[in-house]
Amino acid sequence: MNQSLYLRRRLINGFNLTMSTLTMLFGLFWLSWILFTLFSNGLSAINLDVFLHDTPAPDSEGGGLRNAIFGSLMMAAGGTAIGTPIGIMAGIYLAEYGQRGWLAPTARFINDILLSAPSIVIGLFVWIAYVQHVGHFSAWAGSFALALLVIPVVLRTTENMLRLVPHSMREAAYALGAPRWKVVTAVTLRASKAGVLTGILLAVSRISGETAPLLFTALNNQFFSADMNAPMANLPVVIFRFAMSPHDNWIKLAWAAALIVTLAVLALNIIARVLLKKDQA
Amino acid sequence: MTATSSTPKLAVRSLNFYYGNFHALKNIHLDIPEKKVTAFIGPSGCGKSTLLRTFNRMYDLYPKLRAEGEILLNGENVLNSQTDLNMLRAKVGMVFQKPTPFPMSIYDNIAFGVKLYEKLSRAEMDDRVEWALQKAALWNEVKDKLRQSGLGLSGGQQQRLCIARAVAVKPEVLLLDEPTSALDPISTAHIEELVHELKQDYTIAMVTHNMQQAARVSDITAYMYLGELVEVGGTDQIFTKPARKETEDYITGKFG
Amino acid sequence: MPEKARPPRFQLADAVFFNLTRGAAFLVLALLTGIILSLVHGSWDSITHFGYNFIFSSSWDPVAEEFGAWRPIQGTLITSFIALLIAVPVSFGIALFLTELAPAWLRRPLGIAIELLAGIPSIIYGIWGLFVVAPILMDGLPIKLGESVLFTIPPIQPWLTEATSGIPLIGKLFDGPPFGIGMFTAGLILAIMIIPYIASVMRDVFEIVPTMLKESAYGLGATTWEVVWNVVLPYTRSGVIGGIMLGLGRALGETMAVTFVIGNSYDAIESLFHPGNSIASILANEFAEASAALHYGALIEMGLILFLITFVVLSCSKLLLLRLQKGDGSHS
Repeated sequence: MNQSLYLRRRLINGFNLTMSTLTMLFGLFWLSWILFTLFSNGLSAINLDVFLHDTPAPDSEGGGLRNAIFGSLMMAAGGTAIGTPIGIMAGIYLAEYGQRGWLAPTARFINDILLSAPSIVIGLFVWIAYVQHVGHFSAWAGSFALALLVIPVVLRTTENMLRLVPHSMREAAYALGAPRWKVVTAVTLRASKAGVLTGILLAVSRISGETAPLLFTALNNQFFSADMNAPMANLPVVIFRFAMSPHDNWIKLAWAAALIVTLAVLALNIIARVLLKKDQA
Repeated sequence: MTATSSTPKLAVRSLNFYYGNFHALKNIHLDIPEKKVTAFIGPSGCGKSTLLRTFNRMYDLYPKLRAEGEILLNGENVLNSQTDLNMLRAKVGMVFQKPTPFPMSIYDNIAFGVKLYEKLSRAEMDDRVEWALQKAALWNEVKDKLRQSGLGLSGGQQQRLCIARAVAVKPEVLLLDEPTSALDPISTAHIEELVHELKQDYTIAMVTHNMQQAARVSDITAYMYLGELVEVGGTDQIFTKPARKETEDYITGKFG
Repeated sequence: MPEKARPPRFQLADAVFFNLTRGAAFLVLALLTGIILSLVHGSWDSITHFGYNFIFSSSWDPVAEEFGAWRPIQGTLITSFIALLIAVPVSFGIALFLTELAPAWLRRPLGIAIELLAGIPSIIYGIWGLFVVAPILMDGLPIKLGESVLFTIPPIQPWLTEATSGIPLIGKLFDGPPFGIGMFTAGLILAIMIIPYIASVMRDVFEIVPTMLKESAYGLGATTWEVVWNVVLPYTRSGVIGGIMLGLGRALGETMAVTFVIGNSYDAIESLFHPGNSIASILANEFAEASAALHYGALIEMGLILFLITFVVLSCSKLLLLRLQKGDGSHS
């Protein structure tokens, strides 16, 4: 055996595996750094006023995020309410009716692309197709844009989860004479309930932090508004506007908003994973 | 309906079955008499499950599968394209190799199929669920936990739940596709007893990989090999003096 | 036995249900067509007015209504390229660690941690990049314990400028004003954002390599690295490239993080430390404030260009991943 060659191979192996471990630490390092920054800047900025007052006018003291939190909740709810049924229905088609024909494979391909497509283009699309026609920015437009981001996520998880349902369970339901819609809604969809819910949570988590598609659909609103047909404040756009501003209290609010959004997004993400794991165990 | 009927419940005539280009069943002729147990035996891949799955047209769920010929249920051809598949399957129930409880309570598992075709009052439904569970010899074990999930039962109990579910819709024919293949010997014995009970009311067709099981529970046995029906006859006759050499070889264990 | 009556509602309900689900699937296709058509429609003024010149012109003057997409296209490609340069080796290392090195009990939590990195909203990366990363790149950072300074992270940008100043070409790349924000910073932040996407695809495809294949290489006395480099990587090549393309697709269209740290300048790009802009950052900054029809048209046309580029990149990614799946099927 050639000792020097063997030594060289072992050195290369050791070096590369060490590098691999370091890259893992590198990844974790960014995650912890971002979270650390958010907590150190955000926690001090969060107080009761943040939840009780609306976003401040330029050159005024204090202020809060009440209108933006409310707006984010409204539009996330709107986007989820519109996008989820469409995503689930399309996912059902792909998983249950998709064995034959061209529509299912094509839709699956397109959906995977939409899943990663730039969200700012989705905002542009809603602006052209809706905002431009009605002539004003609105919370509805924001909800539509978010719904278009919900659909691909929900569709994909629904399809994947339905495919995990064993064929024997479908056959057993058909064997009782159940019609297809009944088999799907009462048996297969029910069997993959936790998985589909995970998909919905992941979709909500994704849209909770989305900024780009709201910039020219919902825009922003300095005041509290519950009118879905008018511009509405929302946390991501407030972060964008306030962080870039020269006012200290605005920047502080931006950090508070950033912490709130991140905590919400990460909490949804983790709940979704726990839910799925519990179901699979 | 009389217990002894000269016309068969199911009559298979010149049945051919294809998976794409593969010729899986070759020119099958067979009568399945009413209120008897007919067992199908043969080596793996001989087509016995395929044949069973043509009786309720389960194969229709999948593309590229097709059957030619006739299968007459009460004299009507079920392979007819006008056949209402849901109705057919309500009349021809099926139990599968592995237990397939639905993700719902024990009660709802049984009620699921019944609700599809009958409008029953709350009390009538309770009675029906109890009746079906009694038939499947499961009632005593589950009567206190009807609201619990069917997934929490043991394998043998799950399979009896599936039988109860199939029985609850009161089908005319019951197809059992290796119903004990995933079960332990005690649960298997339970199910075999059950089959014996059920043939009082139902016509039963059963696939099994276990020859002793066929000998124990069936009245009629059919031996299949490579997609062909080699021999069919009374179970006693098949197991004691089979007419064909191939059947004898299989039964005596020289082959398969 | 009572004769069962088939409720007539079954047939109708089945048809309704089928068409509802099919309609929803169709909507996905309609969505794609709708996006492309509406972007073409919205940018028609600009397309007819500027023609092909739009892509290669570097002028951007809303007052004189002179618009060209070259600078933002350049900025988009350069920042994405920097991001890939950093993210690909790091992601590979992470995937290798997660599939071959990490003890079993650590794999899941570490995998989730990396995926959480993908869950953090883009805007958070932006605000963090602007307020935390950029100043450190510019001025360095003293790490303190109480009052005493333990050590100081050097100001990376001036350090890089100095270190590379003698080298031709490369020195030019890192020359320039150490503002903290600019193309380099944008690329760095993008890299962190796309690492989780590339790493999780790589991890997933590494996991499908048949154990027997790896064991037969180990059986010949190969080291872990040799098995990964000579067996795992070739086997999963198309999947790995697919994952990289997915990361590229993400990087190209990433908006908010880039908008915060790229510097938003239309000047010619002289070095990586120079501020610049990307298609997405221009849209984020200018679209809500645009007023002239031609300005809108030009911005929408840039959106169209961005969408088409990402569409092609993501399609390639998807096709490569599909190829791996099919190949995998035929191997087994």
